[in-house]
Amino acid sequence: MSSSDGLYAAREPIFPKRVSGRFRRLKWAIMAVTLAIYYVTPWIRWDRGPELPDQAVLIDLAGRRFFFFWIEIWPHEFYFVAGLLIMAGLGLFLFTAALGRVWCGYTCPQTVWTDLFILVERWIEGDRNARIRLWRADWDGKKVRLRVTKWIVWILIAVATGGAWVFYFADAPTLLHDLVTLTAHPVAYTTVALLTATTFVFGGLMREQVCIYMCPWPRIQAAMMDEDTITVAYRDWRGEPRGRHRKRDVLVAETTRTATPAALSPAPVLAEPGDCIDCMACVNVCPMGIDIRDGQQMECITCALCIDACDEIMDKVGKPRGLIDYMALTDEAHERTGAPSIPVWKHIFRLRTIIYTALWGGIGVGLVVALFVRPDLSFTVAPIRNPVYVTMSDGTIRNAYDLRLRNKQGEDRPFRISITSDAALRVQAEGSDDAIVSVPADTTKQQRIYIMAPPGAPAALRDSTDVRIWVQDMVSDERAEKETIFNGTGQN
Amino acid sequence: MTGPKDTGPKDLEGDVPTTGHSWDGIEEYDNPMPRWWLYTFYACIVWAIGYSIAYPAWPLISGATSGLLGYSTRGQVADEMASAEAANAEINAQLAAVDLPGILETPELQQYAFSKGAAVFRTNCSQCHGSGAAGAKGFPNLLDDDWLWGGTMEDIHATVTHGIRNTTDPEARYSEMPAFGDLLSRSEIAEAANYVQSLSGPANDPTLVAAGQTVFEENCTACHMDGGIGSRELGAPNLSDAVWLYGGDYDTLVATITNSRFGVMPDWGSRLTEADIRAVTTYVHQLGGGE
Repeated sequence: MSSSDGLYAAREPIFPKRVSGRFRRLKWAIMAVTLAIYYVTPWIRWDRGPELPDQAVLIDLAGRRFFFFWIEIWPHEFYFVAGLLIMAGLGLFLFTAALGRVWCGYTCPQTVWTDLFILVERWIEGDRNARIRLWRADWDGKKVRLRVTKWIVWILIAVATGGAWVFYFADAPTLLHDLVTLTAHPVAYTTVALLTATTFVFGGLMREQVCIYMCPWPRIQAAMMDEDTITVAYRDWRGEPRGRHRKRDVLVAETTRTATPAALSPAPVLAEPGDCIDCMACVNVCPMGIDIRDGQQMECITCALCIDACDEIMDKVGKPRGLIDYMALTDEAHERTGAPSIPVWKHIFRLRTIIYTALWGGIGVGLVVALFVRPDLSFTVAPIRNPVYVTMSDGTIRNAYDLRLRNKQGEDRPFRISITSDAALRVQAEGSDDAIVSVPADTTKQQRIYIMAPPGAPAALRDSTDVRIWVQDMVSDERAEKETIFNGTGQN
Repeated sequence: MTGPKDTGPKDLEGDVPTTGHSWDGIEEYDNPMPRWWLYTFYACIVWAIGYSIAYPAWPLISGATSGLLGYSTRGQVADEMASAEAANAEINAQLAAVDLPGILETPELQQYAFSKGAAVFRTNCSQCHGSGAAGAKGFPNLLDDDWLWGGTMEDIHATVTHGIRNTTDPEARYSEMPAFGDLLSRSEIAEAANYVQSLSGPANDPTLVAAGQTVFEENCTACHMDGGIGSRELGAPNLSDAVWLYGGDYDTLVATITNSRFGVMPDWGSRLTEADIRAVTTYVHQLGGGE
């Protein structure tokens, strides 16, 4: 099948050229910080006492615990994770509305790792032109050597990436030892292998295709951008008509000549040449393989490398910077008329971004408050309904309840169970004469308790009596309570 | 990039035959199957041949071909149950070997016995004693602190192992209440019922109670003891407490005295393993009335 028959178009390889400038420096810095966070975080230690893991950030799937420095999340507190995800979503809305695809351009792992892989590629195979030559060259010894070297380094990075991921789910030093001595769980090796493969394929081979064809974000983000969103754009009213240096000189000369009154013939009408010298620097550095001068495009991740490239050229040809620049659509309409540009803060501080910020901040404050007011001790009560009550030999009416006592601290704690209700009711823990239960560190203990009404007491004869169960830490005096009912014989 | 040139009907020129069907003038082209679809279909056929040889497949007059791999769902369940049994073999052996009160003193053993016992109870005991062990009329409530034959681990273990009043186990607990309808007059039975009611409830007619006491002391105290406190050696219920096996109302008491009661429990020693019996003993002991 020839290529014109189907919808399939083969990928045009992209060879981004090296560039330097302020946005490139910012991107290097962000890459260093994000990679450092990713690789270092699992190795930070945090003392939680002898019973709990001393890893600062740990997702303990087997133990159903999430540790984050001083915060410990239990499964029933999953709403914190939900809240963080909502905040992440709103944060992306906010940044997209204000700054366009800034996430894609600077911090998305796909961008960061692709950038890293391109860096390695440039070190080994050379800059753009050398890489194009190598790509076109036959498979001789040199090409094989360079390609294999590159792939090996890529695989090493990919292994380190996949390897770091699993450290978030188990004690990192132990797991590293197990991985190296081939004694780790098969799941760990499978995960590392899988992530190694995806890192290698996504960062090394697929690159911009992930953003263009696989990622849903560009489509969603396009719906969240408006005319005030700051994106990377080309000032075509300043750049056009574009032309190369030599052609420019001719153009200028012709313009000058036609401007002289001595000219006899009617001169061709030539516009004043624009600032764009059509050097293709902006295209050559683009990791997405687009020409920003064609206007806003779905592929553009606003990484701003074309801004750096163009600024460098503008400096060289003695023109003002900013032919390609961060700006909003409203700027474009504005500047075409010759008016001065609108200050950036006016684009950023508008109703939409303020509402996003308020929502984001509100949920954040709510989560922080919830984090500080949540108790270290909590419990649930499940009354036993089969049967609802038991008559004891002396006529006492007894109800049973299953308590699930949660001790969220790293040490065993004795809890005293008490009730407030009808004064005649007594409480007793299963298997003991009193109502004191010791709950081991960082566990939930199920404990059956009995509440008893003596024969003839009002609670024994009534249909039901309200009861409030209290659980108190005997050391810290921290308390928790739950409402339930006591079932009597219903004779009265 | 070119657009989809080639997606229109394949038969603008009339090269492709139709299926010959026509619905309201709409006809269907007889284009060949997509190749990927066809190859997948052939691959499925090849797979099915291999599968039907390897696994049970072809129906026969009784049953089906068993397949080369010898697989069956029933066999899989049996394997899984055997492996679960094997996994618990060690702790089951420990459970069967340790002395009975020792089960309660070893937390690991106690927890295992309680969970296992709950399963044994639901399977074997709940039919009579209820899924919550609250019993029913004639079937003792196992949650309270009133025991006919004793509520220690040893007592419960003996009751479960040998059963009560059954004829299959010579060691079964045995006692038999006479049907006093043949021995006493109706008025004597009524008096005795009045007396028994007065032991745990409000006083009835004092003359009937006094007469009933005489009847009771002459006929019942051999088993139910003075004051009706019962005897665990004989499985004679305590008549002075608040717990009734068959009911403590007047009519039920008269019926009980007249016709007697004869509750039977099977001997589980012939059906369950020692570990199962000890587990269910632990479970029953922990239901809230263990002694």
